[in-house]
Amino acid sequence: MEELLTINNLKKHFPLQKVFVDKLLSKEKRFVRAVDGVSFSIKKGEVLGLAGESGCGKTTTGRLVLRLLEPTSGDVFYKGKSIFSYSKKEMEGMREKLQIIFQDPYASLSPRMTIGKAIGHPLAIHNHKRKAEVEQISLEIMEKVGLTPASFLFRKYPHQLSGGHRQRGVIARALVINPEFVVADEPIAMADVSVRAMILELMVQLKAEFDLTYLFITHDLATCKYICDRIAIMYLGKIVEIGPLEEVFNNPVHPYTATLLAAVPVPDPKYRRTHPIPKGEIPSPINPPPGCRFHPRCASVKSMCTIHEPDLMEVRPGHWVACFL
Amino acid sequence: MATILEIEDLSVHFPINIGTVCAVEGVDLQLEQGEVMGLVGESGCGKSTLGFSILRLLRPPGKIVGGQILYHGQDIVRMNEKEIISLRGNRIAMIFQDPLTSLNPLFRIDEQFIETILTHEQGLDKEEAFNRAEKMLENLGISPERLLEYPHQMSGGMRQRIMIGLGLILNPDLLIADEPTTSLDVIVEAQFLDLLNDLRRQYDLTILLITHNLGNVAQLADRITVMYGGTIAEIGPAEAIFQEPLHPYTQGLLSSIPNIKLDQPKLMTMPGSPPDLVNPPPGCVFHPRCSHTMDICRHEKPDVSKRDGHLVRCWLYR
Ligand SMILES: Nc1ncnc2c1ncn2[C@@H]1O[C@H](COP(=O)(O)OP(=O)(O)OP(=O)(O)O)[C@@H](O)[C@H]1O
Ligand SMILES: Nc1ncnc2c1ncn2[C@@H]1O[C@H](COP(=O)(O)OP(=O)(O)O)[C@@H](O)[C@H]1O
Ligand code: SF4
Ligand SMILES: [Mg+2]
Ligand SMILES: [Mg+2]
Repeated sequence: MEELLTINNLKKHFPLQKVFVDKLLSKEKRFVRAVDGVSFSIKKGEVLGLAGESGCGKTTTGRLVLRLLEPTSGDVFYKGKSIFSYSKKEMEGMREKLQIIFQDPYASLSPRMTIGKAIGHPLAIHNHKRKAEVEQISLEIMEKVGLTPASFLFRKYPHQLSGGHRQRGVIARALVINPEFVVADEPIAMADVSVRAMILELMVQLKAEFDLTYLFITHDLATCKYICDRIAIMYLGKIVEIGPLEEVFNNPVHPYTATLLAAVPVPDPKYRRTHPIPKGEIPSPINPPPGCRFHPRCASVKSMCTIHEPDLMEVRPGHWVACFL
Repeated sequence: MATILEIEDLSVHFPINIGTVCAVEGVDLQLEQGEVMGLVGESGCGKSTLGFSILRLLRPPGKIVGGQILYHGQDIVRMNEKEIISLRGNRIAMIFQDPLTSLNPLFRIDEQFIETILTHEQGLDKEEAFNRAEKMLENLGISPERLLEYPHQMSGGMRQRIMIGLGLILNPDLLIADEPTTSLDVIVEAQFLDLLNDLRRQYDLTILLITHNLGNVAQLADRITVMYGGTIAEIGPAEAIFQEPLHPYTQGLLSSIPNIKLDQPKLMTMPGSPPDLVNPPPGCVFHPRCSHTMDICRHEKPDVSKRDGHLVRCWLYR
């Protein structure tokens, strides 16, 4: 399989607002190092999961990959061509191929636009199609994502729909212009428990039907099992482990991956955790710890880890880990 | 075992402009001394409303329209304002999803502890109260120096620990925890659930643990109550609920949640979505989504049946 998308040492540092005292003392500018040297590639037709705790840089990575944000440094190659080399106008054309499904369907649907109109909106902008045609295509995609009866739901506003229907609407809107690559940023986090499984199933089905490739962002590792081929684990702006899902889940190599996997609540009263949960919480990305960023919480820390930063190394074919062990 | 809380035929309504939300409808629930009862169900099924009713903290226009809540035999529904206030914090503590909204941002942590202690326990001085707060922080696994900080200086996990500490400082015997870990990350969540398990033994607590995460209750709860559309679908011992769920909703819910330890290739899906509580379906509230629906389910509310230590409301078990 060919590589559809490759990202290379991507960084995004957000400048922190200087407080008055800092200005007086003319302290150096400080940065939130949200994404701090991330590289990976995705093959056509593949689903890569991107997981990690809140604030580790998942959403920022997803937005950079689609050029919804300009990076501090690094590059993103789509079919071998850097997306940052496109002019504004060329990028407009690319937008059709690269879509995003956001975390919160409420925030991403306008309360004053009917769901049918919202779904057809990207068509109207990108393809300048006629109204009747747009409506026809919108109704078809609504059927496909299970927004049925489509002609009845078409004229409803977001607040008149259930959470599951809203999330389906967001998915339909992303797919209506036939994208090739979709970043799904926690697409089921806000849905009801009984509706989540349905949305997940729908995403798997649509992927096959529309020949899609996903970057699936989530903080819920259990969900990844049902959709991802490979998984990348992120910690404080860096990828600490990446590899085939089964292998990473069954034989996690990085201590952080092992911790994260052990902490996942298991719906079985007889299950007992085998791996201890470390004390402490994820530190601030403003001044990440020196050396390995995980060292202050790591149970196997060595003196080397506090000074040098480990690079990703291939431990088994396709399975990369950034750890000195 | 003694019964600490006995809820009987409780109904709570919210009259709104388009009708009445029947958030809790004819709920019966008993908590035994020392147990952890998990209360699970999807968003909007009435879990928080039930929890708030126990402390009479319902936000307007919410109103208890029927039933009783007996705490050690005394009916909370009929208590006057003064009696309720002495119950809150003192005998029954409650913690919420978002600790930032329930901690006062303007006061240091030590001030909040001292204030809580001194309002309920006259005869204690500030220093004694401060010492007690220090001990509590040690129990919570937080360094006592951090008593001098403000809430915004702490991480989410720490704030949630402080919340539970403030709740327990007066030695209540009942703790209502409403989605205490929903805003926390998975590692911090696991830390918090471990802490809750320690504190439960140390303080001899009875806990009502409200959550939509079945994984959380599996680790902690002795018994589990499953709510759906304002009513109780099933109550039973935790192991039995997970191994042999009786109610079709419980069965559907369990097979639709991901389990990282299982090799299931696909999740089961339940058709439809949770009911509108302004116009709940007649008969069994679950009937529009149920795959066993019979004629009777469409127009008669199912009675409670007892089976193998479960209580279940479903016509399949009549
Ligand atoms: N526009 C911005 N300006 C400044 N800092 C930002 C900005 N956007 C994100 N950040 C910071 O960058 C870091 C990574 O944020 P990001 O949203 O990518 O995390 P995430 O992994 O998606 O988290 P979550 O799981 O909570 O969605 C955080 O510390 C965040 O506060
Ligand atoms: N202040 C309120 N006004 C009107 N309806 C409310 C109010 N609070 C809750 N409800 C409704 O009551 C029902 C139960 O809500 P809640 O107890 O918060 O559910 P849960 O905690 O299970 O998510 C929902 O339909 C909700 O919309
Ligand atoms: S009472 Fe009928 S509709 Fe309700 S859960 Fe039981 S079988 Fe299904
Ligand atoms: Mg995010
Ligand atoms: Mg709630």
